[in-house]
Amino acid sequence: MAERMNVNPTRMMLTSLKKRLKTATRGHKLMKDKRDELMKEFLELARENGRLRQEVEEKLADVYKNFTVASAIMSSEVMEESLMFPKQGVMLEVGNRNIMSVDVPVFTFKTTAEDPTNIFPYGFARTTGELDNAISALSDLFPLMLELAAKEKETSLLAAELEKTRRRVNALEYVMIPRLTATIKYIQMKLDENERGNQTRLMKVKDMMLAEVIQEKRENDMRELESYVGE
Amino acid sequence: MYKIGVIGERDSVLGFKAVGLDVFPTSKGEEAKHTLHRIAKEDYAIIYITEGLAVQIQKDIDEYKDLKIPAVITIPGKEGSSGAGMDNVRKSVERAVGADILFGGDK
Repeated sequence: MAERMNVNPTRMMLTSLKKRLKTATRGHKLMKDKRDELMKEFLELARENGRLRQEVEEKLADVYKNFTVASAIMSSEVMEESLMFPKQGVMLEVGNRNIMSVDVPVFTFKTTAEDPTNIFPYGFARTTGELDNAISALSDLFPLMLELAAKEKETSLLAAELEKTRRRVNALEYVMIPRLTATIKYIQMKLDENERGNQTRLMKVKDMMLAEVIQEKRENDMRELESYVGE
Repeated sequence: MYKIGVIGERDSVLGFKAVGLDVFPTSKGEEAKHTLHRIAKEDYAIIYITEGLAVQIQKDIDEYKDLKIPAVITIPGKEGSSGAGMDNVRKSVERAVGADILFGGDK
């Protein structure tokens, strides 16, 4: 049995509690719908997120492998020098997307290279082919990494919202609504009890008044009778 | 206009410079933490951070979890994936659902 609230059992309180219960019930239903829909979106997203991450991690491992080979062949100074001044820059645009009232970012990127086919910031004379491979693979992988970033952010934002909604649904379902129901029941019973008490009191008073009237009448009759007999 | 940053060990992140990302090479967790907080305040919308460093400063990364920007994303370092990145996804699922129902909890 849920604990009832500490309120005065008055009719006014009853009305306001009933109103609150109605709001809570409606809110609960809405929240539940929101939770279900969020859950649907979220599970799909998380699954995709997992897949994407796996793919990125695998491809990134390949890129690293190429880099390791390149750095084994070339001296680290030459390598660093070669990569020091990138030819292409990346500009990122952040947009908005709304999933069930959760704002999630959308990333779109633009590269600022004069010639997208030649992104290598170095001459080919002093570098090895592995470095070229690594860099072109990395630049191919880049859009995927961006997508991963967006998905991962989306997942974690949705997770936070979902957690919040879940908590609210539970709080309404297991605390708020039972407590309101119990309190309403308590007030109703208290009011009914008062009503019955009043009724009995009234009946009692009526009985007493009747008895008084009868007694008076009887005395009157007696007096009349006595005066008649006395004559 | 936003930028993309990469924090990680020098060997792992060098390549990202060539494709046009801003690279912050470091091998110390403490330094990575400062860099993270510093560039998070600037115009960086995505910050990639290698797993080795990410585990050391997980608490600081979590600070940005509920913000829209920046997205702090763990990527495997040169020594390969340790599953720390996947753990984040798993944690999200656990947070949302209450239990990990997607990835089977396998490590």
